[in-house]
Amino acid sequence: MSEPRTVEDLLRTLAPRVLGVLVRRHGQFDACEDAVQEALLAAAVQWPAEGVPDEPAGWLVTVAGRRLTDQWRSESARRRRETAVAMSRPYHELITPAPAEELERHGDDTLTLLFLCCHPALSAPSQIALTLRAVGGLTTEQIARAFLVPETTMAQRISRAKQKIKEAGATFSMPAGPERAGRIAVVLQVLYLIFNEGYTATSGPDLQNVELTAEAIRLTREVRRLLAEDDTAAGETAGLLALMLLTDSRRATRSTPDGGLVPLAEQDRSRWDADLIREGTELIEHTLATAVPGPYQIQAAIAAVHAEAGSTKETDWDQVLVLYELLDRMSPNPMVTLNRAIASAQVYGPKAGLDLLDSLAADKRVARHHRLDAVRAHLLELAGDLDAAREAYVRAARRTVSLPEQRYLEAKAAALR
Amino acid sequence: MKFLLIMQVNPAVLEALTEAERDSIMAGHEDFMKAIRDSGEFIATQALADPANSVTVRGTGAVPAVTDGPFLEAKEFMGGYYMVDVDSKERAVELAQQIPDAKFSGLAIEVRPIMFEAGFDM
Repeated sequence: MSEPRTVEDLLRTLAPRVLGVLVRRHGQFDACEDAVQEALLAAAVQWPAEGVPDEPAGWLVTVAGRRLTDQWRSESARRRRETAVAMSRPYHELITPAPAEELERHGDDTLTLLFLCCHPALSAPSQIALTLRAVGGLTTEQIARAFLVPETTMAQRISRAKQKIKEAGATFSMPAGPERAGRIAVVLQVLYLIFNEGYTATSGPDLQNVELTAEAIRLTREVRRLLAEDDTAAGETAGLLALMLLTDSRRATRSTPDGGLVPLAEQDRSRWDADLIREGTELIEHTLATAVPGPYQIQAAIAAVHAEAGSTKETDWDQVLVLYELLDRMSPNPMVTLNRAIASAQVYGPKAGLDLLDSLAADKRVARHHRLDAVRAHLLELAGDLDAAREAYVRAARRTVSLPEQRYLEAKAAALR
Repeated sequence: MKFLLIMQVNPAVLEALTEAERDSIMAGHEDFMKAIRDSGEFIATQALADPANSVTVRGTGAVPAVTDGPFLEAKEFMGGYYMVDVDSKERAVELAQQIPDAKFSGLAIEVRPIMFEAGFDM
C-alpha cells in the first residue's frame, strides 16, 4: 500500500463493520464506538508503514476489543480500589478475532448503526457528527475541521450524542414497522444535510481532507445497496442519490476561482460532469418508473431537466413548473414556493412569479429571509422595474449570512445603479 | 449555524448591583460555560476591557487618525461575547436567555449570526 488514500478509504469502509461486530458482542455502543475510533487511528499510523494486515477487519476488531478490555480493566480496578470488591472479567474471550460469519452481517449492522446515529432524540448537528464518525469512519479532527469548530467542541458533541442515545434507551436493533419508515426518513435527511454542507462550502483549505459531498454520496450508495429493492424507502433513497449526483455534476462551474458565486443561468454547461449527469438521470428515470414518488425523486427529476438543457432558454420550464407544483403539494414549504415562483415566471412571465411571492409575504418562516428578497429582485429585474429590483437586491444582501452570496447580491444591485 | 452572543453592558447598571448579585452573575457565567461546553456548542468566549482603555483608529482620508477612547460614546458597550455553533437561531436565543446578565434589567444580550463562506445550497 503505497497510496495512503487507499488505506484511509479501506478504514472508512471497515469502520461500521467493525463497530457492528463489537456492539453485537458487548452492547455498549458508546464505549465500542470510542474503541473503534482508537483502532482506526492506530491503523492509520501503522498500516501505511507496516503494510495492511491479511485480515484488516479482524485486526481492527482485535485491537478495538483490546482497547475495550483495557478500559474495563482500568474501570474495574478503580472500582476495586473504591469498593474493595474484586471483579473478574473473561478478558481472553474478548480478543479473539472475529469469525467470518460475524463480519458477514455487516450490511444489516451498517443500517442499524445509521438508525442509531440518526436517532430522533438528537439535534441535526449531533446526528451529522455521529454519523460521520461511527458510520463514515472519519476522525473527530476531520469532522471538526469540516464544520469549522474546535476539535474539543466536536468531541464533546459526539460524546454527548452517544449519552443521549443511551438515555433514550435506544438499542442496537433494527426498528420495525411504521417506526422504521420514519427513521429511514431521518437517515436520508441527515445524508442530505451532509451533502448540502459540503456542497455549499465554496472552497478553502478548511475542507482539504474531507470531502463531505463525496462522503454523503458514498453513504447514500451504501444505504441504497443495503435496502431491498421493494423496500418502501428504496425509491426515495435512489431519488436522493440521483439528486446528489445531478447536483454534484455542476460543482466545477458553480463558483469562480476567487470564490464568487455563479448562478445556474450563467454556468458554463459544457463543463458539467457528463458521467454524473448520465448516472443520475438514468437512476431517476428508472426510479420514477418503478417507485412511489417522493420529494427527493421530484427534486432529482427537476435537476435532471436542468441537466439535459443546453441553456436557461432551452430548459423545459413547463416541465420544471409542473414538478415544483407537485413538490409543493407533496411537501408544502416556502422554499419550494420560491422555486416555483421562478419557474412560473419563466412560463407565464414575471408577473405570475411576483404574485406567488406576495402569497409568501405573510409567511413568518420566509418573510424576512434573504432569499425571498433575492427572488423578488430577480423577477422585478425581468419585469423591467429596475429601481425596485435594486432595492430588493440591497435588502437581500443585508439579510444574507453568506459572504459570497452577499458579494453576488451587492454586485447585482450595483449593476442596476 | 454560528452566532455571537454579545453581552451589552452598562457600567452604571453594573455598579448599582449588590455584591451578591455580582457573585451570582460570575457563578452563572461559569455554569453557562460548562453547559455549552458539555453540549458541544461552545466555540469561544472573551471578556472585553472597559472602553476607557480603547484607542480608536479612524479613517479620515490618507492618514488614519488615532485617538484615545471608544469609537462611540454610549451608555452601553460590548462587554464580552460567547461564540456558539448551534442547530438554529431559536436555540441561540434560548442560550442567550440562559446568560445570567439576562436576569438584570439594563443589561442585554444581542444574538447576531456570523457570516460564513458558503454559497447557494442545492
